[in-house]
Amino acid sequence: MTQWIKACKTDDIPDEDVIRFDHDNKTYALYRKDDQFFATDGLCTHESVHLADGLVMDYTIECPKHNGRFDYRTGAAKGAPVCINLKTYPTKIENDDLFIELA
Amino acid sequence: MRIVIIGAGECGVRASLALREQGFDGAIDLVNGEAHIPYERPPLSKPSADGVALKPIGGTDRLLEDRIALHSDSIALSIDRDAREVALSNHERLPYDKLLIATGARPRPLVLNGNDVPQARYLRSYDDAKALYDVISPDFRLTILGGGFIGLEIAAEARKYGAIVTLIESAPRILGRAVPASLAAKIEARHRMAGVTFHIGKAIASVSAARMITLEDGTEIPSDVVLAGIGSLPNIELAQKAELTIGNGIAVNGMLQTSDPAIYAAGDCCSFPHPLYDNKHIRIESWRAAQEQGDHAAKAMLGSTDAYQAVPWFWSDQYDLTLQIAGLAMDATEEIERKIDEQASILFHLAADGRLLAASGLGIGNSIARDIRFAEMLIAKRAKPDKTFLADPAFKLKSLLSSAV
Repeated sequence: MTQWIKACKTDDIPDEDVIRFDHDNKTYALYRKDDQFFATDGLCTHESVHLADGLVMDYTIECPKHNGRFDYRTGAAKGAPVCINLKTYPTKIENDDLFIELA
Repeated sequence: MRIVIIGAGECGVRASLALREQGFDGAIDLVNGEAHIPYERPPLSKPSADGVALKPIGGTDRLLEDRIALHSDSIALSIDRDAREVALSNHERLPYDKLLIATGARPRPLVLNGNDVPQARYLRSYDDAKALYDVISPDFRLTILGGGFIGLEIAAEARKYGAIVTLIESAPRILGRAVPASLAAKIEARHRMAGVTFHIGKAIASVSAARMITLEDGTEIPSDVVLAGIGSLPNIELAQKAELTIGNGIAVNGMLQTSDPAIYAAGDCCSFPHPLYDNKHIRIESWRAAQEQGDHAAKAMLGSTDAYQAVPWFWSDQYDLTLQIAGLAMDATEEIERKIDEQASILFHLAADGRLLAASGLGIGNSIARDIRFAEMLIAKRAKPDKTFLADPAFKLKSLLSSAV
């Protein structure tokens, strides 16, 4: 069973940036780029560091610790030191609220 | 084409993986001096609650999947440059068309009055880390020689176990080589708060067989383990024997190619000209440089002629503090401080002409990570950022990147 969870206001995320969202003892990262919104797991697959402290450049999120990079649209790991992809979640917007679909 | 890589640390393994990422389909031999599967070294000094972890580089099956022939528990004894062949200690001979030397560095041994000190231990391998952390317990007396990254990271971890930690540094301050004095003072204060005892500016007179350390001023420090973290030496002997050019490491050009065009060297063992720093030959002991140079050497062996010019980048975690340094501050004439919050700040190191050469940040958790990353990009662009912007924590450094020339 999946459900849509209200995560934040769309304006809570600056353009080309990332914020952290915690829900049900799990942590997620939410991204905004040119009014498109994306959601991934919140922790880097290399050493479990919060990606929301990292840097967004175009469609790449870079971990603040060891510079592991992911495409946050697909979760694809983009080279050393990360080798495990990041889980992604569907998003939708209703009345300026951002929802993510969680299992 | 056959490629042989000597050394299965971060650099050698990343080079082997990068060869496949680049589409190279020939044979790759990777010579691994240890019996363990190649593993990441940064976690060795910072064990988790479960103890020291062996974390395979790229994951457990990656080398197999990438068809990389791993020759473990064997070292390269010699290189026959005419026959293009490497002789291993297990009597195998590996022919090559291109060879990468990624032998890294080893701990500088403690020598007192011209003699080795067999009581001293070091941290280099998984086995070293396991032997150290398996015995640390409350009231265990750990004496660390050297206030560099290794010694300080071990001191922080050992205090978590409740050990009695004493750190001896013969220089006038800790982290004298790589870290600005004001940040080093904050790190020292954090260690003192955690209960580490320091003897700074004190030389060691002797270490007894029972590990009693006597300082030159007569202070005696009884120890269960004496751990030396007093720098490292590049592993150049193999290259030396093969008569490759040496100079503070195995000398390479911008493509990481040695004086023999078929042989490359990368990582801690090589010294290379850095275009951002007047092409001075430098040798970098850093995890990220090992990774990036492994990657760069792989591309060079496959024909790329690009010069390596990544901005040097270091980090250290101690307690809740993270230190990150981008660039090299050696030629800086001015420092600008950016106070991010009460605990976190960044020092920007500028050249006389205003160019940003380096940035050193210290703070809790990841508080300085983004700004250091922006600084790194500005350094790569040889930017001369406005000093008032650098000093103003409310100013977004990201906005300087598009305007930087």
